[in-house]
Amino acid sequence: MNIGVCAKISPHADARIKIKSDGSGVDTKGEKLVVGDYDEYAVEEAIRTKEAHKGAVTAFTVGATSDEKLVRSGALALGVDKAVLISDDAAVNAGPLGTAKLLAAAIKEAGCEIVFTGKAATDDGNSQVSAMIAELLGWAQVSQVTKFAIEGTSFTATRAMDAGVLQIVSGSLPVVITCEDGLNDPRYPKLPDIMKAKRKPLSKIGAGDLGLADVAATSSESNFAPPPPRPASRIIEGDAASAAQELVRLLREEAKVI
Amino acid sequence: MAGYEGLDFYEMDELLSDEEVAIRDAVRGWVEDNVVPIIEEHAQAGTFPKHLAKEMGSMGLLGANLEGYGCPGLNNVSYGLICQELERGDSGIRSFASVQGSLVMFPIHAYGSEEQKNKWLPRLAAGEAIGCFGLTEPDHGSNPGGMVTKAVDKGDHYELNGAKMWITNGTLADVAVVWAKLDGVVHGFLVEKGMEGFTAPEMKGKYSLRASVTSELVFDGVKLPKENLLPKTVGIGLKGPLSCLNNARYGIAWGALGAAQACFHSSKDYALNRNQFGAPIARFQLVQNKLAWMLREITKGQLLAWRLGRMKDAGTMKHQQVSLAKMNNVDIAIQIARVARDIHGANGILGEYPIMRHAANLESVFTYEGTHDIHNLVLGQWITGIQAFQ
Ligand SMILES: Cc1cc2nc3c(=O)[nH]c(=O)nc-3n(C[C@H](O)[C@H](O)[C@H](O)COP(=O)(O)OP(=O)(O)OC[C@H]3O[C@@H](n4cnc5c(N)ncnc54)[C@H](O)[C@@H]3O)c2cc1C
Repeated sequence: MNIGVCAKISPHADARIKIKSDGSGVDTKGEKLVVGDYDEYAVEEAIRTKEAHKGAVTAFTVGATSDEKLVRSGALALGVDKAVLISDDAAVNAGPLGTAKLLAAAIKEAGCEIVFTGKAATDDGNSQVSAMIAELLGWAQVSQVTKFAIEGTSFTATRAMDAGVLQIVSGSLPVVITCEDGLNDPRYPKLPDIMKAKRKPLSKIGAGDLGLADVAATSSESNFAPPPPRPASRIIEGDAASAAQELVRLLREEAKVI
Repeated sequence: MAGYEGLDFYEMDELLSDEEVAIRDAVRGWVEDNVVPIIEEHAQAGTFPKHLAKEMGSMGLLGANLEGYGCPGLNNVSYGLICQELERGDSGIRSFASVQGSLVMFPIHAYGSEEQKNKWLPRLAAGEAIGCFGLTEPDHGSNPGGMVTKAVDKGDHYELNGAKMWITNGTLADVAVVWAKLDGVVHGFLVEKGMEGFTAPEMKGKYSLRASVTSELVFDGVKLPKENLLPKTVGIGLKGPLSCLNNARYGIAWGALGAAQACFHSSKDYALNRNQFGAPIARFQLVQNKLAWMLREITKGQLLAWRLGRMKDAGTMKHQQVSLAKMNNVDIAIQIARVARDIHGANGILGEYPIMRHAANLESVFTYEGTHDIHNLVLGQWITGIQAFQ
C-alpha cells in the first residue's frame, strides 16, 4: 500500500509564544520545533497501517528548509520510509489553500492511496488543509478519527462527535483520514533509528517542481497581539454560605456575567 | 509546574549534531512519560521499576555506545546525553543503565570471548537479561586492589570464594561480572544466576538510591566453568575493572547534570510561584543569587561534559579528565540539590517535589565510581607526579 502522511513542523505545544515586534506574526526563533501534536497521531497511524498491510509511507511537509532535521527525527526515525519537503519561498508563504494545493500535487505525484493528516496544526490551528487536499484530489475525507481500520480496499473510521457521540464511517480508498487525539499512542523512536533516518531519502522541492505557479496566500494576517494579561485572582473569605453569596454578587455586579 | 526543558544558557545545542539533539529529546520525552510519574512511589517503597528494563532496551538506551551484537552503536556524546536525561528522572534509573552498559556489557564486549559476547550482549542490550558488576568488597572500597575474593584453578573449573558488597542490580542480575584474584592477580569472571554456592541478598535500609537494587554477592565454593573467565582480562590486572569504571564515570559526569537541572527547574518554578511578604520569593536578591549560582555551575558543567564527550569520541580522553568531570559535576549537583531544598522551604522535604530524592541519591553518586577525594588524588598525582593514595 502506498501511504502518505502530512506532517507540519510547528512550535512545541508547551512553547511560550512570542509575537514579532511589528505584530506581523509569531516569532519562532529559538522555539523548540516538532512535528505537530495531531500530526504525530497521523504519523503513527500511517506507520501502523504499513506494519499491518505492508507497503511504504511517504511524509509530506510544507515548511522551511531547516525543517528537514525535524522531519527526519519526527517521521523518518519512527518508521516513515521517505519524505518530501516542499520548501521554496513560494511554499513558505503559501496560505492554507496554497499549502493544500502543494500537498495534493505532491501526494498525486507519489501515487498515494491513502493519506493521514492531523486534525489541526499546533501553531495556527486553521484545520483547513486536510479538507482542501481531499477536495483537490477528489477523494473522500473523514475528520476527527479516533479509530481506524482497513480491509482490502475499504476502510472503517470512527469519528468522535460532540457530546461523546461516535459516528462510524466506511467507504473505499482513496481517502484522507484526519486524526484526532486518542486515535493511537505515538511511539518513541528507537535511538539507532534516529541515526539511520539520516540516510533515508528526503527530497526538497519547490512549487515549480510540482507545476504550481501561484500558491500565494489569498488572505493576509496582521496585528498579532498577545492575549491580555490575566487579572489578579481574588480570594473570597468567609464561610461557604456567605462566600457563595458574595461570589454571586461579584459575578452579577462587578463581572456582569450573570 | 511548567513542562521540563533542560537548561541551555550557552546554546550548547549548537555544539550537538541534529541526531544528538533528537536522541536527547527522545529520551527526555520517554523519561517525562515513563519515569517521572512513577519514580517517587518506587523511591518511597524502595523498589526498582523493573518493567522499565525492557523498555530501555527496546529504545536503545542500554550499552548505547557499543557496536555490534545487538548494541545501539551510538557515539559517546549520545551516551552521555542519555545518562543526563535518565538521571533527570532519578539517579537509580541512570545507575541501572550505567551498570548494565558500562560495567557489564562493556567488559563482555572488550574482554569477552565470541561465545560470551553472543550469549550475553544481545539479551543485555534488549533489557531481557540484567547484569551487575562486583568489584567492591566489605573491606575494600577505594582500594579494590586489596580484594580478597579469590578464584582457584581446579583443573577443569575455577572455584570462587569471597564476597562483594554494594552491588547495584545484584539481586536482579542474570549475570555478574565479578573481579577476583587468580594467582594473586585480578581477573574478570562471569558468574551466572542460580550457580550453586552463589547468592545475592538485597541490602535494605538505604536512604539513598532507593529506586535501585543494591546487593551483596556471596560466593561459597562456586564451581565456575573455565569458559566463564573473561579471556582478555588475563595479564591486565586492575586495568580491567578500571577501564569499565572510566566508561561509567564518563556517563556520571553527564548524569549528575540531569539531576542538577531537575533541581534547578523545580527551584525556578517554585521561586516564581511561592509568595512571601507579598511577592514571589524569586523577587528577592538572595533567592536570585542562588538561582544564578545554579545556572553558573550547571553551564560550566555542561561545557566540561561536552568537551569530555568529544575527546572520548576522538579517542583522546585521559582518565584524569574523566576524574575531573565526574568529581566536579557530582559535587555541583549535590550542592545544587541542597540549595534547591532550601529554596523549596518545608516543601523541599516532601516527595511532591523531586528535590530531596535527588539530594539523597547524589550522596551515593558522590561516593561510588571513585569517591570525590579519590578523584582529587588522581588529579593530585597528575599535577605533581606524586601518588598520594598510600
Ligand atoms: C548505592 C551504591 C551502589 C554501588 N554500586 C556498586 C557496584 O555496582 N559495584 C561495585 O563494585 N561497587 C559499588 N558501590 C561501591 C562504591 O564503589 C564504593 O562505596 C566506593 O568505591 C567507596 O568505597 P567505600 O564505600 O568502601 O569507602 P572507603 O574507601 O572506605 O572510603 C571512605 C572515605 O575515606 C576516603 N578515603 C579512602 N581512601 C583514601 C585515601 N587514600 N586518601 C584519602 N581519602 C581516602 C574516601 O574518599 C571516603 O571519604 C556502590 C556504592 C553505593 C553507595
